[in-house]
Amino acid sequence: MRVDLRTPLARARSLIALPAGAILLAFIVGAVVMLVSSPLVTGHFDPSLPLRTYAAIVEGSLLSVNALVDTVVAATPLILVGLAVGLGFKAGLFNIGGQGQFLMGAVASAAAGAALAHESPIVAITLSVLAGVLAGAAYGFIPGLLKAYTGAHEVVTTIMLNYVGIQVISYLITGPLRAQGASFARSPDVQNAELPAFLNVGTGHEAHIGILVILVVVPAISWLLYRSTTGFEIRTVGANPDAARYAGMQPRRLVILSLTVGGMLAGLAGAIEILGVSGYMPAAYATNVGFDAITVALLGRATPGGIFFSGLLLGALRAGAPLMQVKAGVPVQMIDLLQGIILFFLTADVIVRFVFRVRAGHAKLDELQTVTRSYGSGTGKP
Amino acid sequence: MLTGLFDIPVLGLILQLLDFLLNVVTVNGPVILSLATPLALGAMCGVISERSGVVNIGIEGMMLASAFSAWLVASVAAQAFPAEPGFFFGVTPALLIGLAAALATGVAFSLVHAWLSISIRADQIISGTIINIVAFGVTAYLDLLLSRTSQPSGGKFVAFAPPQALLDLPVIGWLFRMVLAQGPITMAAIVIAVVFQVLLFRSRWGLRTRAVGEHPKAAETVGIDVIRLRYRNVLAGGLLAGLAGAWFTIDFGTTFQTGMTNGRGFIALAAMIFGRWHPIGAFGAALLFAASGALGTAIRTTPPPGQLGEILISIPEQVFSALPYLVTIAVLAGVVGRSVAPAADGQPYEREATH
Amino acid sequence: MTSSPSPTISAPALEMRGITKRYPGVIANDRIDLTVRPGEIHALLGENGAGKSTLMNILYGLTRPDEGEILLDGEPITIKGPSDAIARGISMVHQHFMLVPVLNVADNILLGAETMANRVFLDRDEARRRIRELGQRFGFDIDPDETVGRLSVGWQQRVEILKALYREARILVLDEPTAVLTPQETKEIFAVLRRLAAEGHSIIFISHKLSEVLEIADRITVIRRGRVVGERLPADTNEEDLAELMVGREVQLVADRGESHPADVLLSVESLAVGDDRGREVVHGISFEVRAGEIFGIAGVAGNGQDELVEAITGLRRPAAGRVRLGADDVTMADPRQAHEHGISFVPADRHRFGMVTSFSLADNLVLTDYYAPPYARRGVRDDAAIAARAEEAIREFDIRTPSATVTAGTLSGGNQQKMVVAREFDRDLRLLVLDQPTRGLDVGSVEFIHRQTVRKRDAGTAVLLVSAELDEVLELSDRIGVMYRGKMVAILDGPTASREHVGLLMATGGHETPEGAPQGAAAPEPRRTGA
Repeated sequence: MRVDLRTPLARARSLIALPAGAILLAFIVGAVVMLVSSPLVTGHFDPSLPLRTYAAIVEGSLLSVNALVDTVVAATPLILVGLAVGLGFKAGLFNIGGQGQFLMGAVASAAAGAALAHESPIVAITLSVLAGVLAGAAYGFIPGLLKAYTGAHEVVTTIMLNYVGIQVISYLITGPLRAQGASFARSPDVQNAELPAFLNVGTGHEAHIGILVILVVVPAISWLLYRSTTGFEIRTVGANPDAARYAGMQPRRLVILSLTVGGMLAGLAGAIEILGVSGYMPAAYATNVGFDAITVALLGRATPGGIFFSGLLLGALRAGAPLMQVKAGVPVQMIDLLQGIILFFLTADVIVRFVFRVRAGHAKLDELQTVTRSYGSGTGKP
Repeated sequence: MLTGLFDIPVLGLILQLLDFLLNVVTVNGPVILSLATPLALGAMCGVISERSGVVNIGIEGMMLASAFSAWLVASVAAQAFPAEPGFFFGVTPALLIGLAAALATGVAFSLVHAWLSISIRADQIISGTIINIVAFGVTAYLDLLLSRTSQPSGGKFVAFAPPQALLDLPVIGWLFRMVLAQGPITMAAIVIAVVFQVLLFRSRWGLRTRAVGEHPKAAETVGIDVIRLRYRNVLAGGLLAGLAGAWFTIDFGTTFQTGMTNGRGFIALAAMIFGRWHPIGAFGAALLFAASGALGTAIRTTPPPGQLGEILISIPEQVFSALPYLVTIAVLAGVVGRSVAPAADGQPYEREATH
Repeated sequence: MTSSPSPTISAPALEMRGITKRYPGVIANDRIDLTVRPGEIHALLGENGAGKSTLMNILYGLTRPDEGEILLDGEPITIKGPSDAIARGISMVHQHFMLVPVLNVADNILLGAETMANRVFLDRDEARRRIRELGQRFGFDIDPDETVGRLSVGWQQRVEILKALYREARILVLDEPTAVLTPQETKEIFAVLRRLAAEGHSIIFISHKLSEVLEIADRITVIRRGRVVGERLPADTNEEDLAELMVGREVQLVADRGESHPADVLLSVESLAVGDDRGREVVHGISFEVRAGEIFGIAGVAGNGQDELVEAITGLRRPAAGRVRLGADDVTMADPRQAHEHGISFVPADRHRFGMVTSFSLADNLVLTDYYAPPYARRGVRDDAAIAARAEEAIREFDIRTPSATVTAGTLSGGNQQKMVVAREFDRDLRLLVLDQPTRGLDVGSVEFIHRQTVRKRDAGTAVLLVSAELDEVLELSDRIGVMYRGKMVAILDGPTASREHVGLLMATGGHETPEGAPQGAAAPEPRRTGA
């Protein structure tokens, strides 16, 4: 009896022991960085700074209904783009282009929303979301095609496309899409295409219906990966592309498919951000969703369930960041640094094992070991 | 002499374009070479690391962090040791200290990459990504804090001024201007490329490096310490990335901006591939990428006359800003199939004994 | 049997005493003693996994022993790594050559023992001179500037031996040196080895091939499951005795393949041309037929186009010209899925690269080629219950030793992994079975099992195409034998009557050296095995 009770618990513990340990260590290192830099923050050495910082993050992300809504709203794009990156990992691809795919989805839905601003909400919302999804898909399709047919490594091409994307948006928003009479370069309001709130707890803290998409998309991707034959093919290509070819699968098709579906997810995230949060697209849309999503995917070990929870965690950090900046004076860039350190400890799991005496389950990111393939020996090459 | 042909409808336009491109390259030669410097150094950082079998996509982050520390340390040192710029390259103690800080930063970050990818045998692309994220995060965080107090600049190296007589020589004078009228980091990059090329193919170190990158087990069986050699090469790559970083803030410019490397570390990787993992080849590819960047600037500042100028000016400036990235993608797509990476590139090496 | 200078009372050059090496769950070496005299060719005989390689890795400093000592010329020594071993005159020729294909011969030999012009630069001229000189002394002319990747395996082996000689090795370990050679090349290497021994070098010759060991060795040490189970002089033993020592039970040396009953032609290959990865044509217009109910074996030295031929037939590679027909169907341009659905099963040579996904469960691997079709999936949705049921059945029928069907395939032993692949590919409705190196690196038990299953499939009316670099395997199983040489099928012989020597000669020369050319089907009548 006792064994029956303990085994699932032990398994769950071994599953989260390493990520939890990595996060804890990262927060400790982050605290040290804050201590050292505290003279720059408060003008004098301030031992209480880390505590105040973390308290502000917790307050801003968890300790009120507003805060919780902020966390979920911030987590939504992270989970979606995290799934895009995670799906790539499963297929043996490192999609660093979540940023560009997100931005293209955002600008496309902003354009569609502006054009449909006076249609009925159902039409306007549906078509605007669709525009974002398609634009993201197209932007994921390009590196997929390049990888499959020329072997150009997706790490470099997706990053290059992120920079190209910035220029495309700059052109569109300062040119054809620029709103008349706006004080800065931005697209017109999407008006009727705006996602309605289903829970309105106060100005600026609306839970729009976009966040409900997560409840559909996470199980859907999980089903795709583990229940469908296509998912089996994707995982086979990721684990061993030669075996996939031998087994009659089509690696090129699957590479393109994985990156395109990833692009759809990231584009959807961009659309939800524009239609649900900002209502328009500025020329310089500041986001770090691309890097955040990599952290989310790795922290969640590239599984949809894991990505869901790690997305919520990162969402909480992002949601708490503004209050952290106000209350503790620590710049939001601290969050960027924190995630880098989380990733470091996640990868250098020997340190976590040593510090916390973790022995259970070799929960190494084994499914991620295949990401590094040399340039040219592309997954889809004949 | 060709100008007579410029009036022919389509061909004339093409000739005008070629004439303009040639003009851009001739006039901007020294600038292109300078702009190519971080790309070339970054690419050589990739070459030295990947020739021994370690993929390094953390070059971007290494350059960014080094650029930051060069700027910050030079700035602090300039206040501590004020000095007049020296004759050669306008060197000051502060600049040298800043340069040393950049090199140390490059080595420190490459040590993390080496440890993760060689000792821990983590996925090398993920390790490189960690470098990039941490470097971006830490520099952005500190830069924002420092901007509240407005840190003064620590100055920068200046270009060498060769005797005018040399520059006035026909044809060769242009070459002298391009190569000699440069800052110390650019000149160092040229020397490094040549020396590195010779060493890679003629020295013991070069032979062992290539063997380890192709077939580490074979190297181990003849008594070569694969782990140590890979560490050394990755750390040496860190020096090169550090030098590249210093170029941004104490050679080309004098200030640091968040994320100022703007993907150049990745363009450098493309240059490495385009240059077929040869130091000289990588340098050449870097020049191509730098030239594509200079083109946009040239069109905005000195557009060509006539019809061509009208056409070029009507193209949105964003197209030219995106050009280096588009060229990178095009080169990768066109070249990768024919450019063969070291066989063991990206594969962690595990000693037999530890099995 | 040749015998080099009588191993009389000379003091041992090398002694290994009580060597013990434990790994979690296994003892790889259990108190092994080994004595090698100067000028002696000492064979180390044992099955795959018996512990030969561990012992030699200990000698070469790649592995540290848990217990035991090593004496060189009577002096106890410790060997910390390969460079230590090399410095003491011990060199090793690994089974998988430790050569860098893109480097030339001179650079490969220099590597790790560089001849320097000064502190930084290599002296390649001096190195070239010494390499030529060494080659001539031992009877082979070699071009130091040739790229190693372009050399045949026989010449690559010479480069490996030169590597040892360049380092002035006194004790030379050769790990399965003949595994990839033709009988003729084997003879040539043996001549080199005898010459080395005559000059006073000690040679440790690792093998599991009984006849070769009897031919070349002065003394034979047999190990089984990490222990020395006997020491023999070639004069006092025979193949049966050695086989029993090696395996620990009586072994059937030749598979009992019985009579074949070939029916209609099933596979017909007509003027097939195939290119390699770089687009060079490596299979030049090959034609042959395989009948239902027969095993057609392809003999040839590795790298003569067999892999490309097999990949073209199974759909992994697109032929440049020619035709492949299966019964009435044209399958020339079939992709792997279409080939599979036409009833072609394929056991690939490199099971880790093609045949399995090591990180997947045993059950998922068992449906790797059938995952998309009923009963394992319907309309794109997997049926986990059906997949699990299939796994239970395959584990039972093919005797796959595993704790459960859900363990990852990578944790299984090599023999069980291959049984898994065999279970998947044999146990279905199929017409043509393509086997590429089906038993490479396996223990005797697994080899026997796979051979029996192959014969059973043949008797059930399946056409079998067998490719193997092990000439003995081809000779034992095949009803007809095609010999491939430089991308051409130089001869097709009758299996039961083909002689080892004749096939070997065809493999080595393509038959051009024989005046009458390759006689079709009519081979020298002498028996190919001389079991005492």
